[in-house]
Amino acid sequence: MTEPREPLIPCDQAVRQLWAYVEASVPPVDHAKITEHLAICQRCCGELEFVKHLRGLLAAQTTDEVPPELIRQLNQFVEEL
Amino acid sequence: MSGTPARRTPRTKDAFQALARAQLPRLLALARRLTRDEAEDLVQEALLRGYLAYPELEADQAGGRWLQVILVNVYRDRERKRARSAEELPVADADNFSLYRTIVEEDPFPYSDTVHLDFLHSFTKEDVRQVLLRLPEIYRMPLVLCHMEGFATKEVARLCQAPLGTVLARLHRGRKAFEREMWTYAEEMGLLKEHRRTP
Repeated sequence: MTEPREPLIPCDQAVRQLWAYVEASVPPVDHAKITEHLAICQRCCGELEFVKHLRGLLAAQTTDEVPPELIRQLNQFVEEL
Repeated sequence: MSGTPARRTPRTKDAFQALARAQLPRLLALARRLTRDEAEDLVQEALLRGYLAYPELEADQAGGRWLQVILVNVYRDRERKRARSAEELPVADADNFSLYRTIVEEDPFPYSDTVHLDFLHSFTKEDVRQVLLRLPEIYRMPLVLCHMEGFATKEVARLCQAPLGTVLARLHRGRKAFEREMWTYAEEMGLLKEHRRTP
């Protein structure tokens, strides 16, 4: 006889932890459960990819959109320190 | 031990001005994500505090991060003085929203095979900033520091002067609130129309 398997975690539970999962900041037990869930759930795999893109969107906010006029005024402020 | 040895140039006014000039775009960008109307003022106060504390800066390489931390401290102190009450979202509200599923269900770009990417690509950097500024301050600050400025969660907890568990919970709710606000913003600003999509 085989050992009874623990039931898979539901989608909501997996999705709730996807950001932390991507950052490898979930406890190892939870990480394994999420990995197991992702192996059979296509929709949550889609959610996982989306979380990665969303993180990328936030990380990609660079400094090139600050108003030049504000930079000029602050440079003036620095000169007058 | 490996790594670059700490460099310490003399802490002169000229050296501080050079550091400040180099860091201005980054400091201003951070300030504009934290506050809607006071970014310039916030940077100025941070620079003044930084100038006074400049002799205490240990390593030149840490100068940029050091000024960012000062700016965050200035921002946090100002928010405290205003004695704003914490605007915690109910847990259920924060947890139950999924932007991914909302996009699937609402299908804003029915002729697209990459609807989720199209949705994200419809946001300019200014749009993302506006979405961030709509979030309650207690969620915005950890989100900006952790996901945009690359601070570790422990460091964010120290800067927020909050327990790590509290910051982790706020990060979780903040990410969910950010997803929800992205959808609301997209609806309000007409980003869900086909013609707004970037190729």
